[in-house]
Amino acid sequence: MPEYNELITRIYAVLQPFVKPEVSLTEDSELVTELGLTSLQVMTLIEHIEDDFDISVPLNILPDIRTLRDLANQLTKLT
Amino acid sequence: MSLFDKFQPIIDIRAELDRVGIMPFGAVTEKFLSPTEAVVNGHEVILAGTNNYLGLTFDPECITAARTAIEEQGTGTTGSRMANGTFAEHVRLEQELAVFFNKQHAIVFSTGYAATMGMASTLAGPGDVIVLDADSHASLYDGVRLSGAEIIRFRHSDVGDLEKRLRRLGERIDNTLIIVEGIYSMLGDRSPLAEIAAVKRRYGGLLLVDEAHSLGMLGDHGRGVAEEQGVEDDVDFIVGTFSKSLGAIGGYCVSNHPQLEAVRFAVRSYIFTASPSPSVIASTRVALRLLQERPELRDRLWDNARQLYIGLQELGFQVSPQVSPVVAVTIEDRDQAIRWWNQLLQHGAYVNLVMPPASPGDHSLLRCSVSAAHTPGQIDRILEAFATLENPAAGDNA
Repeated sequence: MPEYNELITRIYAVLQPFVKPEVSLTEDSELVTELGLTSLQVMTLIEHIEDDFDISVPLNILPDIRTLRDLANQLTKLT
Repeated sequence: MSLFDKFQPIIDIRAELDRVGIMPFGAVTEKFLSPTEAVVNGHEVILAGTNNYLGLTFDPECITAARTAIEEQGTGTTGSRMANGTFAEHVRLEQELAVFFNKQHAIVFSTGYAATMGMASTLAGPGDVIVLDADSHASLYDGVRLSGAEIIRFRHSDVGDLEKRLRRLGERIDNTLIIVEGIYSMLGDRSPLAEIAAVKRRYGGLLLVDEAHSLGMLGDHGRGVAEEQGVEDDVDFIVGTFSKSLGAIGGYCVSNHPQLEAVRFAVRSYIFTASPSPSVIASTRVALRLLQERPELRDRLWDNARQLYIGLQELGFQVSPQVSPVVAVTIEDRDQAIRWWNQLLQHGAYVNLVMPPASPGDHSLLRCSVSAAHTPGQIDRILEAFATLENPAAGDNA
């Protein structure tokens, strides 16, 4: 199982193409309200993360993911 | 903050449409001139967005059966199938559906939504897994959310992606329901069901296929994509609707699993609603017979589909990936889609306007559906209406 720090680093890498280059990502970055991802982009991002980690992210947990920290915490349970 | 804040985006769109004087959602059909022509929002139009695939809504035999049923059994059942709402005709229709699909068991629901939502919400529960196609209909998404199962979606019609997700489940595959559609409602594309069935054979799980838009269209007997692709035995549950090819309203599920008779007593959308009205059941029974007796309806439907699809392609529009009775024109700009929808109406063609999130991706659609009842001349008139649109891709087609 990857460590939390490794997870968050990999999340930054997968997320980078979805945001403007000048945006600096932090664990507190909010996917929708701050980074401006549409619901469709969130789903595409999740697909990229699923491929990267070779996991399936259940739709059920998406309402609990607001920030990148939330995402990393959920991934620790799935990987 | 108020309860109503979340509706503001809808209110804003409605206000914008009111400002330009266009209301594509809930267009009013004021008078029918034939199964394929009507007056909609004050315009006499060819109906090219009604899902009336076999054109049976005004079939004299269906109408006579419905009228007789009303006279003999009344206008409604006034009760659930579990209480007073099971009439002999409901049971007969279930038997006829089972025979038609060559399955042992059938359940009739009051709507297609109740059938798909109900089965998706009931077959799997907490502790189980549902793996569904990303472009599944809203009724399936509603159902799986209600189920309490773990929900995993796979990329639309991507068999490799489905396979990966089934592999990752390990032993949980024994408690997994896979959900796909036969023909997808928005773009009219066909599911790669034979490949999906092969993956299911390799990994396991149960497979539910929604054939709402493929009943009466495909297969030697019109049973849908599963029949066309020769994998009916691999499909555990087929669900669908009476409101398209069969020209009425209602839904069904058929299966060879004897447990379907137990599921009947657990599906809340079956139990806690009134059963279909006698006239609906009567016309549906006749339509199901006509579907089998008149294979030429399928031939006409596909001739019309090809004519519209090729015609729109030649006009330069970005059409669906496959020839299908559902032909969707993709438009990137939402405002242009609204303007074009209105222009089509004014030039005598009613089609469906579909905008995100109802459309796949972030584009809008002008979604056409053809009918066996359309004449080639009517398809030409639909194309003539499209030809009036300013389509940059078509060069001089302004």
